[in-house]
Amino acid sequence: MSEPAESHDERSLHWLRRAVRVPYFWLLLFFLTPFLIILKISLAEPIVAQPPFTPLLEWGAAGFEGLRVTFSNYAFLFQDGYYGIIYLSSLKMAAIGTLLCLLLGYPMAYYIARQPPGRRHLLLLAVILPFWISFLLRVYAWIGLLNNRGIINEFLLWTGIIDAPLQMLYNDFAVYLGIVYSYLPFMILPLYANLERLDLDLLDAAADLGARRWQAFVDVTLPLSVPGIIGGCLLVFIPAVGEFTIPALLGGADTLMIGRVLWDEFFVNRDWPVASAVSVVLLLLLIAPIMWFQRLQTREHEAAR
Amino acid sequence: MKGRSPGLLSIVAFGYALLYIPIVSVVIYSFNDSRLVTLWGGFSLRWYASLLEDENLVEAALLSFRIAIVSATFATALGAIVALALHRLTRLRGKLLLSGMVTAPLVMPEIITGLALLFLFISMGNLIGWPMNRGATTITIAHITFSMAYVVVVVRSRLAGMDESLEEAAMDLGGRPLAVFFDVTVPMLLPALISGWLLSFTLSLDDLVISSFVSGPGATTLPMYIFAKVRLGVTPDINAITTIIIAMVAVAVSVASIVSSRRRPDAAQ
Repeated sequence: MSEPAESHDERSLHWLRRAVRVPYFWLLLFFLTPFLIILKISLAEPIVAQPPFTPLLEWGAAGFEGLRVTFSNYAFLFQDGYYGIIYLSSLKMAAIGTLLCLLLGYPMAYYIARQPPGRRHLLLLAVILPFWISFLLRVYAWIGLLNNRGIINEFLLWTGIIDAPLQMLYNDFAVYLGIVYSYLPFMILPLYANLERLDLDLLDAAADLGARRWQAFVDVTLPLSVPGIIGGCLLVFIPAVGEFTIPALLGGADTLMIGRVLWDEFFVNRDWPVASAVSVVLLLLLIAPIMWFQRLQTREHEAAR
Repeated sequence: MKGRSPGLLSIVAFGYALLYIPIVSVVIYSFNDSRLVTLWGGFSLRWYASLLEDENLVEAALLSFRIAIVSATFATALGAIVALALHRLTRLRGKLLLSGMVTAPLVMPEIITGLALLFLFISMGNLIGWPMNRGATTITIAHITFSMAYVVVVVRSRLAGMDESLEEAAMDLGGRPLAVFFDVTVPMLLPALISGWLLSFTLSLDDLVISSFVSGPGATTLPMYIFAKVRLGVTPDINAITTIIIAMVAVAVSVASIVSSRRRPDAAQ
């Protein structure tokens, strides 16, 4: 592997080697350690005290007396069917949301990638622009639109298409809409990056060989854009599984998503060990897609060199 | 295949409508005199006036801005160092761990990051007596940590497309490493540093979940304040806040595009 650093005098980068210790230490302390602590607390028993859980290491008069580990929090999660259902429901809602996002994002990315460069830039900017406006406020905006007395319902009533307001807010439909709306740029960008690089000569060749447009798309474009599809889907799916704001604002009481349950477990029930166990299991569920995403990122960096 | 079929065009139009209709509707209704969100009661600025009278809101906004400025600055500095190290240092102990720790926050569910950081702060408080209370400082630390990841992405992609011969020339002419860094590398990285800073600033200003976990009594950020209000439904003054933020973003984007179009001739020389 040819690294660009080899062209530099390695000694001239000595200061960098020293400077990087600061963010390294920072990430070890503020990113890695917290997860080890979550793991630790998930193995403790809840007690009424501050902090409300038993210590992992027992210290007696004679010093270290042993490890105190309980898997009761995990047993609780698995025995109580409630959590199993919530995990499955979160995965399902994230998967459907991701699929809907792909169905809308792919044609958009495809269209943008086929425009002349000037317009391409403008259309792409229009996709990214809403991202700079507060996510919370953009999700909030949908409440005003989807309300029973909201703009969409009032409009439909006025046109006479419906004669009673549709229930569009505080249910799963609103959550799907929220996911598609909020994560659409994350789907479009990797897809666009992939489709833009795609060699148009291949499509011309397919056309010359007598392929129809649709056939050329299915046989040539679609298979070549698989890396973009995977990248976009992971970028939407992973955060959507643990999403809190969208189900909290747009979901109904029966919308089961783990992010919201975790929030309540912590802020309402104040059961820290169970909240920790819930997040460890969530992390385990997400570890495979996260590793996949990491590998994709690394490959992209190497390809960019 | 030019992509001009009516089916494709209507999907694309639907997508853009989806992205912009909520924003446009909030802006329109922020000028609505009626308290009822759907009824148009005539043009009015009363909700903007009521914002200024809301002391809690002003306080929350000021706190959020302070946190965003400080955390964006630290995140940009630390993130740029990480990006440079990952890009330039061939042999760096624990490089894999570093690149893993710096990519993970991009995809980590916020709710887990928030919970984990809160537990860290509590453990540290019990162990070494710091932080005694959670508030602006702990929120700032949390924001630096996740913003750094975004800065690394932005700076790394700039580094990948950068011509390194200028730096090498400066070195060959006897420039000291640090002087070369500040005189040559930093100016070349400037666009990435600016967009990294702006991205961190926006992310910090916007964060609800992580702030809620690591905050303590007395420290309410703008998103926390808005969330508490919005949970109960639509309130016209939140429409006014949204409009102000949209206006700020619009100004920032215009300035950024003017600056970058001015810079282009310099870059061509």
